[in-house]
Amino acid sequence: MNKPVGRLFVLVVVLFAVLVGFTSRWTVFDAQALRENPANHRILLQEERIKRGVIRAADGSALAVSRPIGQGRYARRYPTSDLFAHPVGFFSIDRGRVGLEDSYNDALSGRETTAIGAISRLLGPQDEGDDLKTTLSPAGQKAAYAGLNGRAGAVVALDVHSGAVRVMAATPSFDPNDPKNASTFNRATQGRYPPGSTFKTVTAAAALDSGRYTPNSTLDGHSPQTISGAPLSNFGGEQFGQVDLTTALTNSINTVWAQVGVHVGKATMADYMRKFGFYADPPMDYPGRQMLPSGEYRNGRLLPPTSQFIDVGRMAIGQDKLLVTPLQMATVAQTIGNGGVRMEPRIVERVIDPDGRTVAHPLGKVATRVMSSKAAGELTQMMYRVVNEGTGTAAALSGVKVAGKTGTAEVDPAAGINDLWFIGFTPKDAVAVVIERAHGTGGPVAGPVAKQVLQALGG
Amino acid sequence: MTARNRELVALVPATLLLIAGFTAIFIQESNVVSNVSLTYGAAFLGLCLVTHLVIRFTLPYADPYLFPLVAVLACFGLVIIYRINDTLARQQAGWFVVGLILFTVTILFVRDLRVLERYRYTIALVGLVLLFLPRLPIIGDPVNGAYLGIKIGPIAFQSAEFGKLAIMIFLASYLRDTRQLLVQGQTKILGFALPPLRTLGPLLFVWGAAMLMLIFIRDLGSSLMYFGGFLALLYVATNRPSFVLFGLILFGLGAWFMATHVPHVQDRVDVWLNPFNPRWVEGSGYQIAQSMFAQADGGLFGTGFGASLLTVGHTTLIPAPQTDLIYAVIVNELGLVGACGLILVYLLFAERGFKTAMVASDSFSKLLAVGLSSVFALQVFVIVGGVTRVIPLTGVTLPFVSYGGSSIMANFILLALLLIVSDKARRPAAGNVGRRRR
Repeated sequence: MNKPVGRLFVLVVVLFAVLVGFTSRWTVFDAQALRENPANHRILLQEERIKRGVIRAADGSALAVSRPIGQGRYARRYPTSDLFAHPVGFFSIDRGRVGLEDSYNDALSGRETTAIGAISRLLGPQDEGDDLKTTLSPAGQKAAYAGLNGRAGAVVALDVHSGAVRVMAATPSFDPNDPKNASTFNRATQGRYPPGSTFKTVTAAAALDSGRYTPNSTLDGHSPQTISGAPLSNFGGEQFGQVDLTTALTNSINTVWAQVGVHVGKATMADYMRKFGFYADPPMDYPGRQMLPSGEYRNGRLLPPTSQFIDVGRMAIGQDKLLVTPLQMATVAQTIGNGGVRMEPRIVERVIDPDGRTVAHPLGKVATRVMSSKAAGELTQMMYRVVNEGTGTAAALSGVKVAGKTGTAEVDPAAGINDLWFIGFTPKDAVAVVIERAHGTGGPVAGPVAKQVLQALGG
Repeated sequence: MTARNRELVALVPATLLLIAGFTAIFIQESNVVSNVSLTYGAAFLGLCLVTHLVIRFTLPYADPYLFPLVAVLACFGLVIIYRINDTLARQQAGWFVVGLILFTVTILFVRDLRVLERYRYTIALVGLVLLFLPRLPIIGDPVNGAYLGIKIGPIAFQSAEFGKLAIMIFLASYLRDTRQLLVQGQTKILGFALPPLRTLGPLLFVWGAAMLMLIFIRDLGSSLMYFGGFLALLYVATNRPSFVLFGLILFGLGAWFMATHVPHVQDRVDVWLNPFNPRWVEGSGYQIAQSMFAQADGGLFGTGFGASLLTVGHTTLIPAPQTDLIYAVIVNELGLVGACGLILVYLLFAERGFKTAMVASDSFSKLLAVGLSSVFALQVFVIVGGVTRVIPLTGVTLPFVSYGGSSIMANFILLALLLIVSDKARRPAAGNVGRRRR
């Protein structure tokens, strides 16, 4: 009778192995799918019990705080309402996370990724998160919204030297205290607009830094001219004679810059655009799904930068199929203002743990050198002329040198509707302003907004 | 070392586990290492020592590992229940005292297993009454649609826990008498050896009882447990795999019929196959869905002792954490590694149980040990399998770990019976008392 008993035990071993197998299935193999199951509120409810860190503006004022609501739960409050809604985002049980609340979720919820943090986690999860000290300026942000004045558009301002994001404004904004009805589309990072003449700064950078041109090189400015087999006119059909590049930028002469683009060539343009950050996801500390790359788009998809579909002459003046985000154009201005060195944009300066120690310094990372400081200096001089006597005089500030470039991208020429641009920089701050589908030109409409923001940021 | 001394040493891991577990929970909950954890450990150690002494004096030759394994399970359960609700843990500790008293009483009254054989029909009747009592109006106490317990006033009683013991005792003694008859004069159908019809009768009767249980108790898992225990006994008694196969086919057919024709069984099967269907994921499928979410959250190493989220505000994340879903709590807190450890302890217990059956000298003892070990292992399979979605979720307890007085008491009686069988089997022959067998 002992043989069947032995076999019975083998059966028990098999049955228990099945139990271990199924436990492994749920804990390891299918765990990710189970965590993402829409019926699973566990992860979010767990996070609701964590006292998330405070998000602060550059002046120390609170932009996001966690308040206890009893039973060990916390609710997130945003004292500045819609002013910082786009950069800060929200944390919501129903709608998930956007903005810094998402990109810094691990820090804000105290989920440490360091080795010491992992050891302390063995004693149970941390229930208090790290604080974020951002570089956002309430004065600059208010000036940006005042300047936009409800018109659809966006303003991005970066610190010229560090790449710190001082202003990120986009209209319409939303109330992060009411995430249910929030439309979180951020025109500063997700809005794609034809850059118009502001892109001539990129073409000029390629022209000067590649050594093919100097600011004094002269070209023929008559209009129209045949570019890539089709006639191209200056804005308003204006005629120019032989002009140097400084004059061509000051007066934003299309035919000259189209010739420069063709002569510099597709490959060199692609090279400089890549160095400026085009054709790549922006390296900002912001959720990837809330940022779009800039470049030539065809059928809603990014083209390879040397694609046969690219008309390099028209691209050089910001036309063709070129679509850019305000963040990208602010980065262009920052790079030129910083002597040719592009910085990675950062919203957060420091991550501070509950004991007051700084645990991370995200700010101040060099992306790449785009051009020589000599070329950057020459281009800066050209852009001063734009503000002093060219299309950008509306952005001039008394006592502070402002370099800039205007842009007027025709969206609906018959109705006179354009996307209006101004990009520029002071020795301290760089700015990009876009106003969507408006009448007029970039200088007089977008220029004053940039001026107000630069002024509020302290020249 | 004598068996009893080995048993004493084997109690050390259980005590260490208990102290470590309580310490972890105190740190988790109050960031203070309280000396209460040591008090708990000491009290439980004392309890274990008393039990050890009872065994030393009454069953000196019994298997030395069965009780330490139970002690490990009990400590584990106590720690987990303490973490869920400290009041329940104190009650559970009380139930352990009652269980140990019952354990001692059983050993003292059933010194001779023939007592059980003599009263087998009485025991069978009691078993059936215990099984079907929960279906009586007023006192019946359905939990999640399954009838496994009764409730008289404030006292709830899981009669099915005791029913399983009675049924196994009866079947062991019944099969001891009829095993010869079952093997003789078989008829062959399609090459399968089947017992003659007159002995097939009882087989069909037990099958019918299992099907009735499926209908009346409404619990696929417990009827699987009872019928599986019966098949295990039948197999060991007759050594005929064909009987087992025949029985499994009968059970499978019956279960299939129930699952497709009886609405409430049907619902259970639907929920089992498709727990995330939006129609019931917040209703009847909530338990199993939350169980899987909790396990996924635990991962390989778990979230740590005391870290599991059971309720948030008014939202219950793990329903019935101290009984049905205690395994999900364990996986959540200790991960796959902890769960494997727990299952290993159960496997070792089953191994000692079957080992006891192997060394048992007479057929009744052998069958009794097989029946008790099988039903114990099957109970683990049914509840853990339910929680991990191997089979539909049912409401049986995880032996010695789940909260519940009836479960603790019944399983201590089970342990006592196994130790009695073991003691008798390992007792040295009268001639050489001086040499103790290992």
